Amino acid sequence: MTRRTSLTAAPAKAVMGKKALIAMSGGVDSSVAAFLTKQAGYDCIGVTMKLFQNEDIGVSRAKTCCSLDDVEGAGSVARRLGIPYYVFNFSRDFKVQVIDRFAAAYESGATPNPCIDCNRYLKFERLFQRARELGCEAIVTGHYARIEKQNGRYILKKALDKSKDQSYVLYMLTQEQLAHIRFPLGALSKSEVRRIAEAQGFCNSEKPDSQDICFIPDGDYAAFLEQYTGKPYPTGDVLDLSGHVIGQHRGAVRYTTGQRKGLGLALNEPVYVCRKDMAANTVTVGPEQSLYSRELRTDDVNWIAIDHLSGPMRVYAKIRYRQTEQPSTVYPDKSGKIRLLFDKPQRAVTAGQAAVLYNGDIVVGGGTILKTVQF
Amino acid sequence: MIYADNAATTQMGEAAINAMTACMRDTWGNPSSLYGLGQRAKEALEDARERIATCIGASPKEITFTSGGSEADNQAIRSAALLGARRGKRHIISTAFEHHAILHTLKRLEDEGFEVELLPVGPLGTVTAHQVAEAIREDTALVTIMYANNEIGSILPVSEIGAVCRERRVIFHTDAVQAAGHLPIDVRAQNIDLLSLSAHKFHGPKGIGVLYARQGVPLTSLIEGGAQERGKRAGTENVSAVAGMAAALEESCAHMAENAAKVSVLRDRLIAGLSQIPHSALNGDPVNRLPGNVNFCFEGIEGESLLLLLDDRGICASSGSACTSGSLDPSHVLLAIGRPHEVAHGSLRLSLCEENTEADVDAILKAVPEIVAYLRNMSPLWKDKVSGKKEFVL
Repeated sequence: MTRRTSLTAAPAKAVMGKKALIAMSGGVDSSVAAFLTKQAGYDCIGVTMKLFQNEDIGVSRAKTCCSLDDVEGAGSVARRLGIPYYVFNFSRDFKVQVIDRFAAAYESGATPNPCIDCNRYLKFERLFQRARELGCEAIVTGHYARIEKQNGRYILKKALDKSKDQSYVLYMLTQEQLAHIRFPLGALSKSEVRRIAEAQGFCNSEKPDSQDICFIPDGDYAAFLEQYTGKPYPTGDVLDLSGHVIGQHRGAVRYTTGQRKGLGLALNEPVYVCRKDMAANTVTVGPEQSLYSRELRTDDVNWIAIDHLSGPMRVYAKIRYRQTEQPSTVYPDKSGKIRLLFDKPQRAVTAGQAAVLYNGDIVVGGGTILKTVQF
Repeated sequence: MIYADNAATTQMGEAAINAMTACMRDTWGNPSSLYGLGQRAKEALEDARERIATCIGASPKEITFTSGGSEADNQAIRSAALLGARRGKRHIISTAFEHHAILHTLKRLEDEGFEVELLPVGPLGTVTAHQVAEAIREDTALVTIMYANNEIGSILPVSEIGAVCRERRVIFHTDAVQAAGHLPIDVRAQNIDLLSLSAHKFHGPKGIGVLYARQGVPLTSLIEGGAQERGKRAGTENVSAVAGMAAALEESCAHMAENAAKVSVLRDRLIAGLSQIPHSALNGDPVNRLPGNVNFCFEGIEGESLLLLLDDRGICASSGSACTSGSLDPSHVLLAIGRPHEVAHGSLRLSLCEENTEADVDAILKAVPEIVAYLRNMSPLWKDKVSGKKEFVL
């Protein structure tokens, strides 16, 4: 290892005696984040958020992100590090702020990203408040992203290891939050993190990365929604672009823009979901070229690198988690919304996902994609 | 450190420790063995059984040792349910604020086809014998109602409920985990058919408890194996724990009145002091209340934060009910007495014993108001209430 981070060096005087609250999931990343924070000289408190009861989400004894196994894993890491450890029950907040929003978004025809809401309302709002109450100067997570201070503003940057970068799900952080958040893994690669975990004997260092939506471990979100809301999602018409009925769908919530598989249509050429009308309970399909659009609007806008947008600005935009940023221009729109115009048409712009705007490594800001007006 | 969480567990008393160590050192044989060492262990076991029976007005044959209150609750309910089912009775009466050892077992029985009726407990957290009488039907197999509530300390009218059940010939079980050693129990006079108790709530060891079953109420074994405990509970007996439990229960019963008098004075000082905090409320019955129980809701704060900051000052207390992960669930007990979710989250339970002092009470009465004020000062919700944007609940 040639690169050294300041965190692995001797404790810095500046942090001696300062308290840090570390969000620990039991996984490798947050365990190493805790270790590095302790090394840096902070007085550490380890915390796991209990976000749901498995029974409440219809999962019994399954392996999910916030299961008892994880609590035990995080607890054993905390004991090994010799730091106090607590479990906070935020299951009610998680239900209201994350699961209910998730269900409402799907029912409105959007495809939400619940991880962003969890970061926003749970990790960096509820947990943040707890940290303040406990007198903690810093709140630490195992996210791969970097925070720097430039010209009086806190700047969120991509992780040094681009393959692990998680800045996309952090675009909604405020200046107040960024001032207190520490991401000790932002300058490390995943293999360096695993090496530290192995060297420290964290028993979970072989555990695979968490995937998908933590409260839907089997990935069947439609079945989850039916069970959670208690509503059936009735079958309805599949329409072609000119509005002719060409088949039946199995409940509009099951389909996402851009989806090809599972339509159950026998047609000569491949078709894709272009849009959904939840009120009419219809799903409209078309050829792949009909998926492309150059423009989108967002609301729920948050700016990080700038205070506000006063005119058009060249940016690179990412409209889903695993996508390369696309060159585009952002324009201020009425009442705090923004309009984004891509240089080239983009495939399957999906309402409910986040559009995050970058300038190089720097997160400029972002927002939630609104339903596009169709012509 | 100030320990004010005696409803969670208690510190072991000298009498119990001495009885246990003596037993582990000298009477370590297997009570089922025929030689002298084994027989001495058997004597120790039966001696303890007799003394425990005496403490609750039972006969020794009616005492079965279990791993604690939860096992006793499970076995009591399972046994009565099976007995009822054999006679075509599948209706069970309980209350909404029982311990989870009861509620979860009842839930299982519901899945198995039993009908469970949970009586509402009202704002004070109690039920009346009249409510029970009204609920009893021809096909009622069991009434299971706790002796005293573990969270809010209400003492239930067990004698009256027992009389109703006896008259209507329905089996009556009471979870007396919070009462044993603290309140007088006489299973005969109170018409109790089944009763659960747990040693670590009265300065005895953890992992040991009792299921009392009146003669004539057959128990179903949950654990199959050897013929220990008259075939009602297999497994080599935990003789030393049983000896410790007997010593602790005798000690607690011998000093019950004086302990209750002392502890309730401390309790009442705490209640009076904490009532001074604005927008707070006492939970549970102010009169029929366990001598050591104090339970308050403080609007605008969270119990978890309060506990952490009390811990920081060396005060051990609790809020809601602790689950396996050590996190706190919104208390089903506080919801059952009608506290809204938001307020139920801001609860504090202090449970005292005779070891607590006036100085402990002074320290708690200094710490709690300061921490509540500190947390309210940081709470966005509290600010909304003060400015009138949101309404106060308490």
